[in-house]
Amino acid sequence: MNYEIVCGIETHIELATRTKIFCGCTTEFGGEPNTHCCPVCTGQPGALPVLNQKVVEYAIKAGLALNCKINTKSHMDRKNYVYPDLPKAYQISQYDEPLCEKGYIELDSGKRIGIARIHIEEDAGKLIHEKGYTFIDYNRSGVPLIEIVSEPDISSAEEAKEYAEKLQLIMRYIGISDCKMQEGSMRCDVNLSLRKPGDSSLGVRTEIKNINSLSFIQKAVMAEAERQADILDAGGTVVQQTMRYDEATNTVTPMRDKENSEDYRYFPDPDILRFSIDEEKIEEIRKSLPELPFEKLKRYVNVLGLPEATAKQISRYRKVAEFFEGALAEGASVKNAANLIVGTIFATMGTEEEKELFDVLISPAQYAALVKLADERKINIGVAQATLQKMLETGKPVEEFIKPEDLVGISDEELEKLCREAMDANPKAAADVRSGKDKAINAMFGYIMKKTGGKADIRKAEVMLRKLIGQ
Amino acid sequence: MRMGITELAVKLRKREISAVELTKAYIDAIEKLNPTLNAYVHLTFDTALEAAEQADQMLKEDDAPLLCGIPMALKDNICTDGIPTTCCSKILEGFKPYYDATVWERLKKQGAVLLGKTNMDEFGMGSTSETSCYGAPLNPRNTNYVTGGSSGGSAAAICANLAVYSLGSDTGGSIRQPASFCGVVGLKPTYGAVSRYGLIAYGSSLDQIGPLTNSVKDAAIVFDAIKGVDRRDQTSVDYDYGSSMAECLDRDIKGIRIGVAEEFFDGINPEIKSKVEEAIKLFERNGAVIENIRIPAMKLALPVYYIIACAEASSNLGRYDGIRYGYRTASYSSIDDMIVKTRSEGFGDEVKRRIMLGTYVLSSGYYDAYYKKACLIREEINREFDAVFEKCDVLVAPTAPSTAFPLNCKRKSPVEMYLADICTVPVNIAGVPAISVPCGEDANGLPIGMQIIGRRFGEVTVLQVAHFYEQNAGQIIGAYEGGVRI
Ligand SMILES: [Zn+2]
Repeated sequence: MNYEIVCGIETHIELATRTKIFCGCTTEFGGEPNTHCCPVCTGQPGALPVLNQKVVEYAIKAGLALNCKINTKSHMDRKNYVYPDLPKAYQISQYDEPLCEKGYIELDSGKRIGIARIHIEEDAGKLIHEKGYTFIDYNRSGVPLIEIVSEPDISSAEEAKEYAEKLQLIMRYIGISDCKMQEGSMRCDVNLSLRKPGDSSLGVRTEIKNINSLSFIQKAVMAEAERQADILDAGGTVVQQTMRYDEATNTVTPMRDKENSEDYRYFPDPDILRFSIDEEKIEEIRKSLPELPFEKLKRYVNVLGLPEATAKQISRYRKVAEFFEGALAEGASVKNAANLIVGTIFATMGTEEEKELFDVLISPAQYAALVKLADERKINIGVAQATLQKMLETGKPVEEFIKPEDLVGISDEELEKLCREAMDANPKAAADVRSGKDKAINAMFGYIMKKTGGKADIRKAEVMLRKLIGQ
Repeated sequence: MRMGITELAVKLRKREISAVELTKAYIDAIEKLNPTLNAYVHLTFDTALEAAEQADQMLKEDDAPLLCGIPMALKDNICTDGIPTTCCSKILEGFKPYYDATVWERLKKQGAVLLGKTNMDEFGMGSTSETSCYGAPLNPRNTNYVTGGSSGGSAAAICANLAVYSLGSDTGGSIRQPASFCGVVGLKPTYGAVSRYGLIAYGSSLDQIGPLTNSVKDAAIVFDAIKGVDRRDQTSVDYDYGSSMAECLDRDIKGIRIGVAEEFFDGINPEIKSKVEEAIKLFERNGAVIENIRIPAMKLALPVYYIIACAEASSNLGRYDGIRYGYRTASYSSIDDMIVKTRSEGFGDEVKRRIMLGTYVLSSGYYDAYYKKACLIREEINREFDAVFEKCDVLVAPTAPSTAFPLNCKRKSPVEMYLADICTVPVNIAGVPAISVPCGEDANGLPIGMQIIGRRFGEVTVLQVAHFYEQNAGQIIGAYEGGVRI
């Protein structure tokens, strides 16, 4: 393709506050239609909005995590338009003074995707079309959202996916949203245009609305770029319009023929006073932010010396990282603590969601107690894995499964005796090792493990065997 | 002489009359007079009698609140749980809120007895109450004349003594101007002093609820009961007025600095001008210091008001679409058709005019030229008012440029009607408090009103000066014959 992709993404993220943005109604998902409602969130005549401070706090958190400048003075605007799911006929949003501006997300390549702005706003209700009628459920009405608008810095489908993935990860990490795309708590709109390489002016762009999975973002960008390229190659012009991505056919089709140039008649909402946020509050929130996943990843690799793949798997989930770091604080070794999480605990968790929740029965301290036994070679890795499995199933501490007599293990004299026996029982193997066939040593390991019921420290045995064989 | 709240409260406590008897007396009067005056549009006699019975129970206790058992009325734009609240608009036909406005909640707790909801200009838009979908209320002082607006029904009910007190709302003079036309007292508090929760919005940054009464003292008592911060209204303010309003009324006015701005007297009916000037002389004779001041930006107040109020109204009234409550057109082919027809049939001409105006001034391409500029001028007006109140404690001015107009005379010319608010609008722009008190009559025997305007949260001084005038000017209170006589 002889074109450059110019792409920006607008992401709506539902904030995980307990109550709605302008009233005390619950934000709980689901519920019988129109049961999580009050005069305020259904826009009854005379009702007035009261801004939820937690929403402002969460939005600032998002802004700080995305390296934004936080505006200390801000206000809410009314965005006027008529739609049955919008009970006031305006959405309370932010227009010319968004809470956060001018941030960025860094991709793995080191490229930065600019964040133009983050603003807070309310969600609308939901239309349900049934039996030839349209019903409206206002349970979602007034659920707090932030809209994160990127600069058009994204230039490939892969970058688009990585951007959204990173955004999701960060938002989950700082605990302001669960960002479940299937449930709509994170929704992406993709703006895309093409231009000839080297051109500085932007081409005509289209907007793909409401993409609800990360892989669809990548596919949609690819499909739309190809569609636009075909048009341009044929000498045509791209029409500015709103598109829909159809995952079944992997095609992008127009939603509305023409982008209706709606006039939202924005103006400051007179019911909500301008608000200012003091620097102290911003600092307080900044301090409350956790170490972000990418910083963690870097630290795990550079300081803890973990292999990148393992470090990535652990740093990706905030609860896992906390568990891991908790075990380290209790004295567990980095390597064993990490490997047992990735190798054994993750094996019990099928989905991303389970890893995200990381709902394990044992505490980091209990986990550390087990890891330390492995660290000190009091048990070998196989026993550690099997024991951990039992601990995860029962929630019981390591002492329940490993008896003190097991721990003493095999004395050096005993080990030496066992090694001699193993050599005697496998004379050929011993000879092979002596002549350089290193793998042959495994036969003698097998003998020793069998005799000790798997308790022998295999590393120690190896050293002993090689000494006896005379290598 | 008709009785004020304090006198009635004493009578109720001495068991000279019960709340039920008092309520019945008002019900009788309403039944007799309302068919002519049209002050009330929804009557709530059944619940009034129940409330009166409960009030009688409360009155047996020593600490029953002052307003307990006193019959009153609410403007039809103040939400009342289970009781129609329609803003006198067809579009809210049959609408019964399922929640109470904060002011009504507060009064209810005090044992207030609600007689009904009073007539008004549709959504508060008008200066005569003639835009009501229920027809205009008539001025009890002369039924060939309008009551003023938009709280015309609330003013008429007080004038005719069909309620002891009533609440109105004031966006550009809607309490003070009808108070002036009907010869009663009307107080518009500081913006934010009284919660707007449950007041169906017209111009949100200007609207304020206030009392209409027969005396300044009653206004002080009612204001005391409804004021105060409300967590459901972010624009409400936690202001500490100190002691209760009524206790401050008898303070001396010696040394009080009264500002007189010539801008308020431009183009005013000479009869009104001279009455207000007489009042100023009375203050001066009693030791007040008169300061001549200027408020040059005031001449822009009226256009600024119509831009801001209409812009906010166009947004506030967007929700009336026939989907959730109120009126819905009989037949339609699509949702868009339903909304268009519902609104075309449900709103009156004046409301449509202001929605159109408001939509226009907010439209892209016009926003900067109109709405934004209006906001800048509003700030300038605020600055000038602030400067005035550095020099003066209160301003004295006429309430309206004329006395009540004959019925139907302004309906053809909206601009002429808008001019009726010329003296009241600047006060809403600046968000300061003002009261209108009766100040004599014109040659036709129609009441004249005088405004006393104060600094933000300066209600105590405003009421004190108004009370002094009321007590010393020998005005006839309750000049209307008829209504309840206790
Ligand atoms: Zn609610």
